[in-house]
Amino acid sequence: MGCGGRPLAPKLAQGLLHAGTRTCVAQRCPENSNQMTAADPARLQLTGITKRFPAVLANDRVDLSVRPGEIHALLGENGAGKSTLVKMIYGIVEPDAGQMSWDGAPVRIQGARAARKLGIGMVFQHFSLFEALTVLENIALGLDRHLGPRELEAAIRAVLAKYGLKLDPHRVVSTLSVGERQRIEIVRALLLDPRLLIMDEPTSVLTPQEVEQLFETLRKLAAGGCSILYISHKLHEIVALCETATILRAGRVVATCDPRRNNPRSMAEMMIGASLKEVSKAAAGVPGPVKFALRGLAVPKRGDFGVALTGVSFEVRAGEILGIAGVAGNGQNELLDALSGEIRAADASAVVLDGRAIGTDGPSARRALGLCAVPEERLGHAAVPEFSLTDNAVLTARDRMGFVRRGVIDAAKARAYAAGVIETFQVRTPGPSASGGSLSGGNLQKFIMGREILQRPAVLVVSQPTWGVDAGAAAAIHQAIVDLAASGSAVVVISQDLDELLTLGDRLAVINLGRLSPAHPVGEMTIEQIGLLMGGVHGDPEATVQMTEALHAHPI
Amino acid sequence: MSADFVISALVTIVGVSTPILLAATGELVVEKAGVLNLGVEGMMLIGAVTAFAVTLSTFNPWLGVACAAAAGLGSSLLFGLLVLWLGSNQVATGLALAIFGIGLSSLVGTSYVGMIIPRFTSIFPDALARDPFWRVVFGYSPLVYFALATIFGVGWLLKRTRPGLVLRAVGENDLSAHSIGYPVLPIRLAAVAFGGAMSGIAGSYFSMVITPLWAEQMTAGRGWIALALVVFGGWRAARLLSGAYFFGILMTLELYAKASGFSLLPSQFWAAMPYLAAVAVLAVISSREGRGGEAPACLGRPFLPNG
Amino acid sequence: MRIRFEKRPEPSRTMQLLTPIASVLLTMLLGIAIFDLLDFDGPRAVKEIFLTPILASYKWQDVAAKAAPLILIALGLSLANQAKVWNIGAEGQYITGALAGAAVAFATSGASGSWVVVLMLLAGVAGGAAWAAIPALLKVRFKVNEVLSTLMLVYVALQLLSYLITGPWKDPNGHNFPQTAPFTAAQQLPRLLPGTPIPPGLAIAIVLTLVFWGVAKKSIYGFEVRAIGAAPDAARYGGFDLARTTWSTLLISGGMAGLAGILEAASQLGQINLGFPSGYGFTAIIVSFLGRLHPVGVFVAGIVLAVTYVGGQVAQTVVHVPNATGGIFQALMLFLILASDILVRYRIRFARGGGADPEAVR
Repeated sequence: MGCGGRPLAPKLAQGLLHAGTRTCVAQRCPENSNQMTAADPARLQLTGITKRFPAVLANDRVDLSVRPGEIHALLGENGAGKSTLVKMIYGIVEPDAGQMSWDGAPVRIQGARAARKLGIGMVFQHFSLFEALTVLENIALGLDRHLGPRELEAAIRAVLAKYGLKLDPHRVVSTLSVGERQRIEIVRALLLDPRLLIMDEPTSVLTPQEVEQLFETLRKLAAGGCSILYISHKLHEIVALCETATILRAGRVVATCDPRRNNPRSMAEMMIGASLKEVSKAAAGVPGPVKFALRGLAVPKRGDFGVALTGVSFEVRAGEILGIAGVAGNGQNELLDALSGEIRAADASAVVLDGRAIGTDGPSARRALGLCAVPEERLGHAAVPEFSLTDNAVLTARDRMGFVRRGVIDAAKARAYAAGVIETFQVRTPGPSASGGSLSGGNLQKFIMGREILQRPAVLVVSQPTWGVDAGAAAAIHQAIVDLAASGSAVVVISQDLDELLTLGDRLAVINLGRLSPAHPVGEMTIEQIGLLMGGVHGDPEATVQMTEALHAHPI
Repeated sequence: MSADFVISALVTIVGVSTPILLAATGELVVEKAGVLNLGVEGMMLIGAVTAFAVTLSTFNPWLGVACAAAAGLGSSLLFGLLVLWLGSNQVATGLALAIFGIGLSSLVGTSYVGMIIPRFTSIFPDALARDPFWRVVFGYSPLVYFALATIFGVGWLLKRTRPGLVLRAVGENDLSAHSIGYPVLPIRLAAVAFGGAMSGIAGSYFSMVITPLWAEQMTAGRGWIALALVVFGGWRAARLLSGAYFFGILMTLELYAKASGFSLLPSQFWAAMPYLAAVAVLAVISSREGRGGEAPACLGRPFLPNG
Repeated sequence: MRIRFEKRPEPSRTMQLLTPIASVLLTMLLGIAIFDLLDFDGPRAVKEIFLTPILASYKWQDVAAKAAPLILIALGLSLANQAKVWNIGAEGQYITGALAGAAVAFATSGASGSWVVVLMLLAGVAGGAAWAAIPALLKVRFKVNEVLSTLMLVYVALQLLSYLITGPWKDPNGHNFPQTAPFTAAQQLPRLLPGTPIPPGLAIAIVLTLVFWGVAKKSIYGFEVRAIGAAPDAARYGGFDLARTTWSTLLISGGMAGLAGILEAASQLGQINLGFPSGYGFTAIIVSFLGRLHPVGVFVAGIVLAVTYVGGQVAQTVVHVPNATGGIFQALMLFLILASDILVRYRIRFARGGGADPEAVR
């Protein structure tokens, strides 16, 4: 576990540097500081747990030990095997080999209900909620015992009071923000009176203030004797919250240590593997002319569960990367569709490209003028899973790259283009005839980004460029975005990953409830300010103030 | 308009509404669980021929109805197996079931053409059932009361009980229900089976009450109207009930027009009326509520827990 | 031991070809069983239904005549089905196409020249397309599910047919039978193309099969239809218009059904009566699935189903099997092809018990 010499993962480096008063712990890694007295059996002990899927060995002889009342981090990049491991603890998946023991006694957990009976609660990354039903009904569905509506409401309010959380049991879930929805999941888990609470990447959907509030809740829980297994790939959170960290890479445990005493640099290396290159960004030069602008764009709500956009305005110059931050569900998808042309504006001049009003143009017309877009959802939106990569290239590149003549597709030309994308962006796939659905997340994302970037767009708009993508592919995609901007294009990146935007972006704006804040240069904004623009603690103004102060005092 | 005419009309309306009410109630439960079963017409015919055959040989109408329910249920299980466990296209499989039911019932029924069974009429004493006024309440076949009891029961079940909540959850978001630990496929199969039984009973109404004999395709497309009725009712029990009687009124108008030789408009117009009305109503309903009514979010989509 | 389905990385070409063939063979076997159960001569019946029409050359004309409308309608339906637009009401469009063509015939009564028939055919296409335009409008403007709307309109079309042939179009010399006056020589197409055993309908079907094949394989329109069916959001992102495709696929499938209708009326029947709706519109749905929505597959599947139609009639006379059995066979084929669909996308794996199944939750 050497320290120094190797470059940190880019987002971590920038994140650590940007956060101002963040403490940079640069010590050498001591020995493992976990002391277990023989008298305390572990709350949860995993020994040699192995799980194999047809294409991949997800977990390879994993050992894990969680003490009572401990906040234990499970750290690893996307695809390291954290989710699978945790699904086995929660009983949804059964291990192929290995033992599990609970409070010292060996145990086989078959099914979520059995896990809950033991006292294991889990808050998933993707919520198990029913949008058309109320909070009360959702919680009732997640409970194993049958409580009458009045009893249940009383129990819910008791839990909310105990942990200082705010939630209205009679609201329909579709009207709640993502942070509030997570609160439903947390209340569901807390009602169990859990002895082990598993949190799977909880903060990707929270504002900084909500993260602070979550951490306070978790600390209260741990103080009461409940163990917490906290899954994340965000190092600075682990450092702030957890006592122990087990690091997974490619399905194996590579280390177990105390994050408060260890060198985050080395932890990052172990988590990611040493093969990472830093994103090289040229120093910010003089920005070019305004290439792309929105002027007061308004889009009505799409369906019952949508978000309306109101008065959205921004400008992007040639060579510039504009980041749009925000928590999920605040209109990002609507914004991207409005930019790509899938949603047309009522007023053509609301969207301006190189001085031309294109607000009422569709996607094909906008592509012809040099605007390419990449939506958040890879399968089913950015690409058709059943189509070959060649056909997926025809999907968006056919007009700019000339694949269609008099209604007939030039299959050879399309294929050559797809092959070019595959080679340039090092997409791991048998060839252009492979179906979109057969590629891994990272490779498909590389192909999609490459497909748009090789069209040499004047403006590129992309949403969640590295969501669910392994570190290697993420780095390649970041570099591609930076290079594209350097070549003179204007780039807009919409992302829920603040670290990513702080790394890539020149300027940053925040979207909340369909409204866009003014954009500021990245270095000029503090985390608390950004968090407030994101909405603070949704549904709870007092907590917002409290958490903002807490963040200011010791930022995460 | 004499009182007797009004009474007669009401009795007829209730009568012709009942089979579509029965079938639509079953299909409501099926669709609330997220499954679209277009095979109602076929299952109704299977029920009709089964009820007729059993009643003919055992002289027991109750047994006839019970067997019709079982036959409908059985045929729906074939649909359920294909659609739930093999993930086959729900629209096409439902159609296959309809075509199959039409063909199978015709085949089985060939030996029953021309025979007659006693009508399955009211079990109340004649004094009430035949009384010129009280027949409006007591003069119906037991199937009518069963239909009303069932729609109220289903409405209450869906709205106020835990099993109903779970069923709705499965139809709204099958992946979430699965994550929590509910057995999605068995729940959906149970709903499909219920729908099949109800369609079978609906079919028995044709061959045991409306005309106590068997004829090929005697349900005359009422199964499709039942499907439209679920959409028309916005997947809610109360609206479904009123919709059933609305269609009953239209179908009664057709009967009266044909019988009275009302020659202002040709009889075919009245025969087409229920279908035209269904289309018009669908247009109004579907457009008004954005997503086409409060359809269960998973309706018609296969359950794919692994993506 | 448990059966598990494991997703294939790519859909299996061999299975796509094998499953329709297997479905037909399995249907034959099941048919033998069903007939035996009902006290008919099972093997003999199945032989008459499936094999005799192929082996007995004097039956080929019948098969060709029945295959033509099935193929024509199914070509249009396959296009629509690829876009996940479900036109269940082709039977109604078949009827209105024939009625529109007949209207032209009666309007030009007494005229002669080949333009009469051409006009009738065009009217047939227009009539079917117009009938399909109603559900298209309902879907695009009012979000009405086209499964229900196309189906309801079939019943309306039936009533329209009944009204016209018992009323305004009743044959004055027809002894009050519900039928139209027979078409004149100028208004008819020959039953067979002169010098060949091919009915004109089949000739048109061959040409159109090739056209649809070309469009599906090479054209951007074919790509658009497939994209919209596979992933509507991606298709929109790619710049395709869902509403336009709904319109075009419904109009095309309606037009094809209408063409089949007027061809049948003008070339095979010579007039329209109550027996005109023969269920081709519904059988064509089966043809389109059996042919895996591919124009050439549809052509072959159309012939297979035509064989069962003709064979069914043979079996009726020889083995005394009732006519209704045709429907059962067709439904069985559809069930089997739908059930076997999973084999295209998934592989069967026999797993030893020991919980490798993520779906098992207790």
